[in-house]
Amino acid sequence: MKVNTGDVNAASRTKQMSNLIYKYMRPEHLPQIWCPGCGNGIIMRDVAQAIENLGLSRNQTVIVSGIGCSSRAAGYMDFNTIHTTHGRAIAFATGIKLANPELEVIVIAGDGDISAIGGNHLIHAARRNIGLTVVVMNNSTYGMTGGQYSPTTPTNAYGTTAPYGNLDRSFDIAGLAYGAGASYAARGSAYHVQQTIGLIQDGIRNKGFSIIDVASICPTYYGRKNKKGDAVEMMKWQRDHGVTMEQAAKMDPEQLKDKLVIGLLHHAQYPEFTYKYDMLIKKLAEEREANE
Amino acid sequence: MSKMELRLAGSGGQGVILASVILAEAAVQSGKYTAQSQSYGPEARGGACKAETLISDDPIGFTKVQQPTFLMALTQKALDTYTRALPENCLVLVDEGLTVPENLNGHRVLRLPILRTAKETVGRAQTANVLAVGCINALLGITDMETLKKAASLHIPRGTEEINLKALAEGVKLASAVPGEGNAPAARSEKKKGAKQ
Amino acid sequence: MDQVVLMQGNEACVEGAIAAGMRLFAGYPITPSTEIAELSAYRLPQVGGKFIQMEDEIASIACAIGGSVAGVKSMTATSGPGFSLKQENLGYACLAEIPLVVVDVQRMGPSTGMPTSPSQGDVMMARWGTHGDHPIIVISPSSVTEAYYQTIRAFNLSERYRTPVIFLMDEIIGHLREGMQMKEAEDITIVNRPTVQFPDPKRKPYHMNEKKGQMVPQMAPFGCGQRYNITGLIHDESGFPTNSTEEAEKLMYRLMHKISDNYKDIVRYEQVNMDDADVAIVCYGGTMRAAQTAMEMARAKGVRCGIFRPVTIWPFPERELTAALGGLKKIVVAEHNCGQIVLEVERLTRGACPVAFVGKYNGAVITPQEILQKVEEA
Repeated sequence: MKVNTGDVNAASRTKQMSNLIYKYMRPEHLPQIWCPGCGNGIIMRDVAQAIENLGLSRNQTVIVSGIGCSSRAAGYMDFNTIHTTHGRAIAFATGIKLANPELEVIVIAGDGDISAIGGNHLIHAARRNIGLTVVVMNNSTYGMTGGQYSPTTPTNAYGTTAPYGNLDRSFDIAGLAYGAGASYAARGSAYHVQQTIGLIQDGIRNKGFSIIDVASICPTYYGRKNKKGDAVEMMKWQRDHGVTMEQAAKMDPEQLKDKLVIGLLHHAQYPEFTYKYDMLIKKLAEEREANE
Repeated sequence: MSKMELRLAGSGGQGVILASVILAEAAVQSGKYTAQSQSYGPEARGGACKAETLISDDPIGFTKVQQPTFLMALTQKALDTYTRALPENCLVLVDEGLTVPENLNGHRVLRLPILRTAKETVGRAQTANVLAVGCINALLGITDMETLKKAASLHIPRGTEEINLKALAEGVKLASAVPGEGNAPAARSEKKKGAKQ
Repeated sequence: MDQVVLMQGNEACVEGAIAAGMRLFAGYPITPSTEIAELSAYRLPQVGGKFIQMEDEIASIACAIGGSVAGVKSMTATSGPGFSLKQENLGYACLAEIPLVVVDVQRMGPSTGMPTSPSQGDVMMARWGTHGDHPIIVISPSSVTEAYYQTIRAFNLSERYRTPVIFLMDEIIGHLREGMQMKEAEDITIVNRPTVQFPDPKRKPYHMNEKKGQMVPQMAPFGCGQRYNITGLIHDESGFPTNSTEEAEKLMYRLMHKISDNYKDIVRYEQVNMDDADVAIVCYGGTMRAAQTAMEMARAKGVRCGIFRPVTIWPFPERELTAALGGLKKIVVAEHNCGQIVLEVERLTRGACPVAFVGKYNGAVITPQEILQKVEEA
């Protein structure tokens, strides 16, 4: 690994990165297929860093993905990984968690994957409060198929299927999950690495259903179609427009119009689904014993 | 007895399927072959409902009733629907409140106060189905009373044993009150009487 | 001592599944399969298993696959409309080689059709429903007793060959109650999937000892210590996607041949009075019951009639049917559809024997008389 000379911090950062790669990635399957400048790699690293910080066992951690650019993350990460069908990652993950609640099950999904074709699974897993952590690589477009508008594409933005601008309104995925009953909902961004790692960590730590909706960037399709500049410009936009939940609380809707709100939206304790089920099994066993 | 083909008809919610199941259970408990099935509409309550129980000493191939040997109807609609082309030897049991159609003039028809007895004597209208089971068993001699009680208790909701066993007994009483009835065929005059009313 | 108990076909399927080791059921209510979900919800927590009512049919099969990936024998059940929705993930389980039992209690269709009426219209969907070439095992029971034991067999085959098995019931058997012969537990054979004994992350998860003729890779349940990747993309032995045509052919060949090479283990059929038969009724599932009575009626009239019944519908018992053709003057195929298995029978007879067809697709049950009439027609 080449290191820039003269910059001690850069050297230590690179070392840390390579450690993360060798510990949590499958180097033989790198580099990723993601485009240069794509935000997904950063978010995948955030997940690995959160796992590192929490000291999770690789053998006891499962990464579930659906279909789309985001779904490739599962193949790169050295855990129990399963690359499922489009939109269904949460439903597969539900079965895994139910079969073995000891496993830490993390879903990595895209915005179209999780909120369009898989929207039903998202809201019901949130309602059930099953112990999954969902990290959304939200790039506001269908990248794998070439830049069609997605449920998180802003109104009037362009996509290959929105040549005259998007007529739809867009989803707030974290808000959607919160509304459906998720016990933990937060928003991060590709630029705000430290905050996002922290949010993912807290999401994993939360026993119930957690969602961290992370704004990614897609310079190749969304950026080009919408004249957002190159990857650096798009990252700068995230930097300049990112505000915390606390800051946002003091701003009016007009001020918030072009802002990227980062931070914890909701965190509360509701009983987790597989825990409740295990308690049911225990209760029935005790009743049976008492009757014998 | 080689083969009985029982058809019970009523409206959804009257429990004719459960009655049909208990009769099938009674057959199994007596070492006989049985096939029980039902057809019903989308309504949980009030739609037409038909349940069938075949009972035989030999293994059963076709599982549906083709030549009914017994028909019970608890609603007018069920009676009118299922009495078309009824075989000559089919015994018909109907609730007392029903008008027996003319095409049953050649049949043995018993009109008994099934719904009223359940409501007034047993004390609960919902037990009419189990009461009917007691009555049917007494009329047809499918099994003995102990086996019938066991069959019923396997299928009725927990906590309703007492009232349902009472209903079963009342059903037997209804059957035995029929002139000339025990397990023997009723007098032919019975059906005529029923038909006129 | 065998015990006889009154049971419904759908219930027998659940009890058979539990006897086979099912400990996870994911489902969605749909007539006429709902009793399977209801009884699973009641019974599974009693035996330490889990039931979950998912938000839709697609989620149900996905959840069941997830459970199986984590090492738990899993099942889902549905009827026609739901079976249509499950097709994509069925193909996923074929390709990723995830053991799974999918029950389809057929009802009259297409579309919403007649929900409480019998049909056998999903026979070809069970074979070809998911996109792309794929292997499949489909079993159809003809009695409540068979619903119980063949469900156990469905699990055993799905475990042995790491493949989804479709348990194709129909409303006739699903909603039929009759006496079921219950064997003692020790008389029942239970098969568990080939499982990795010494988890090693370096081991290729789809590696096979070809010299020993191994066709089914050992499975590592998630969490056992062998980390690996599962995907619905064409993959090589390492479990990672590949675009190599060579690897694609190798994988597809093995997937198809792990079923076709084990034909004898997978295929089950029943022959009744076929020794001297001039006329054979070919039928399966609930239609068998009318055929049985029709055959008895024909024999009583002096017509030498027999029955050939596939229990395993796919792969179709083609060797056995072909072997039985010799003495036959006619075959009567009876099924509750516009003609699905009859196509297979015609393909196999190749004109060597006339094939008559009794099909019903109006929601009513085929009667013994209707079959008898075709048997008697010269």
